[in-house]
Amino acid sequence: MGKYLRKKLMIYIITFILAVTINFIIPRMMPGDPIQSLLSRFSGMEGGRQILEEQLTLLFNLDQPVWQQYLNFWKSVFTLDFGISIIQFPTPVIDIIKRAIVYDLSVLFPAIILSWIVGNKLGAYSGTDKKVDNASMPFFYFLASSPYFWMAGLVAFFFGVVLRWFPISGAYSAVASPAFTWNFIKDFLHHWFLPFFTMFLVQLGGWAIGMRNMIMYEKSSNYSKYMETLGSSKKLIRKYGFRNGVLPQVTGLALRIGRIVGGAITVQVVFNYPGLGRMLLDAVQNQDYFLMQGIFLTIVTMVLVANFVVDIVYMFIDPRVRLSFTEEV
Amino acid sequence: MAKDFWAKHENLYYALTNKKVIFGLSIVILVFLLAAFGPLLTRYEYDEYAGQGYLPPSSEHFFGTTIDGKDVFTRTVHGLRSTLLVGAIAGTIATLIGCIIGFVAGYYGGTIFDELLMMLTNIFVVIPQLALLIVIAAFLEVRGTFVMAVIVASTAWPWTARAVRSQTLSLKNQEYVSLSKISSISVGRILREDIASNMFSYVFMVFIQQFNGTMLATVQLEFLGLGPTKGISLGLVMQNAVNWNGIQLGMWWWAIIPGLILTILITALYFINTGLDAAFNPRLREM
Repeated sequence: MGKYLRKKLMIYIITFILAVTINFIIPRMMPGDPIQSLLSRFSGMEGGRQILEEQLTLLFNLDQPVWQQYLNFWKSVFTLDFGISIIQFPTPVIDIIKRAIVYDLSVLFPAIILSWIVGNKLGAYSGTDKKVDNASMPFFYFLASSPYFWMAGLVAFFFGVVLRWFPISGAYSAVASPAFTWNFIKDFLHHWFLPFFTMFLVQLGGWAIGMRNMIMYEKSSNYSKYMETLGSSKKLIRKYGFRNGVLPQVTGLALRIGRIVGGAITVQVVFNYPGLGRMLLDAVQNQDYFLMQGIFLTIVTMVLVANFVVDIVYMFIDPRVRLSFTEEV
Repeated sequence: MAKDFWAKHENLYYALTNKKVIFGLSIVILVFLLAAFGPLLTRYEYDEYAGQGYLPPSSEHFFGTTIDGKDVFTRTVHGLRSTLLVGAIAGTIATLIGCIIGFVAGYYGGTIFDELLMMLTNIFVVIPQLALLIVIAAFLEVRGTFVMAVIVASTAWPWTARAVRSQTLSLKNQEYVSLSKISSISVGRILREDIASNMFSYVFMVFIQQFNGTMLATVQLEFLGLGPTKGISLGLVMQNAVNWNGIQLGMWWWAIIPGLILTILITALYFINTGLDAAFNPRLREM
């Protein structure tokens, strides 16, 4: 059990080191000159010269040897000092991230959990019932095949433009200001629903398909056949199949989190939802490298933490891992 | 003659008589035909002013026009070509990388070499694909079709490597592989002739899934404005639609149809995969 966690943790630490290193290397290796573009941006601003010098010393330190630059870069990671944003000058990058991450978590967390639960249930039903299967599978395949942003467009068009039930832009009305009042929460939830629903729908298809296939395989295994000959009800066989099939689905969750977070980036663009994804794109389009590096690291960290949580959950639900750590084959 | 052929290629027979495969394949062929011959059906260039803006679909403009009067059908079919091409190249590269790593890691299963390869794979699995792609693509000022494909493929291969590795692990202790080993046949040849050739149908299904995944990744990048720097792509058509408030203005022909074609194509490929799964696995065949 300890070995299992240690091994996973090591992978995540290496991944984190790699992500920081990618962040460090890419601006230094790529064609084009970030410094020139920075110079032209800051030259017009008040006190720009001084800020610019500080930024460059902090993140590039080009006069020092490379290993020294690399160490300094790590120092800035641990002190959460990602520099100052250019688009929202002179806000520190970390403040922008803190503000934006609320919107990511409030959409992603419920969407992932709910779609996983509902998708697995629906998949288990269509795995054991041929009629339900034939009717629902094309629909699930369609959901799973949709690009996130396209589903966002479809949902926005149908619920936002045709039915006019939900607003389709922003995280709250222009007149509202963030406060802990009932009106604001209502307004927030009203704007929150469509991005959440989009993320929920696309993932739902994937989970349902996965569980349906798992149940199919479990159904052809000997214990299911034996139960069938004993005259067990369909429901009972499904229940046992579900318990076996749910394990790979938990592993699947760990595998997919990265992709889901990617999808969320495009969904936020469609709904103009001010989360990290939307900010990342803004940063890229405006060549705000500091903001981009900060957000990239934050997203990677979020995904790594989520993966680790899934690993711990897996350890508790799979007795084989809990009792002894065996190499997966 | 025909009977002999089908007796030899039993898998192919089951595959081509499977309803899901037939259904999926017909749609896939239709979409490919649309990409191949669509540009011949239109009188316009994808970037030219083709008529009045804001027109819904008609016989003049099959998919209507954009706000600035470009023909959506023309843009869609040209974009479809680009997206399919990037997806296909990326899918091929990713399948190749995944298979090679999977074969080698599986064959040397349990050794340090395998551990290292799997660690590399596990690292790539957890890195959020799109965020990494955005960072890479942002710094490449000029992106051609092939560069795009390489960018997408570089993050698409890990799950294939894992899947192929576990398949290889289960094959490598078969007697015929041991026989090859004691006959001192080279590792490359064992991997090629004993292992890869027995996994052909599996690898083919992996390729379809890779193709699906790389097309989705490609179209997402294109939508974020990080696709090929020249020409038009499916994601770009939809990015324009969103940027110009095509959804708010109710222009479903602009914002919805281009993506619908891609979604239908990917759904059809899924169908083929499920059908093939049933055809290749006798256990599922009776269903």
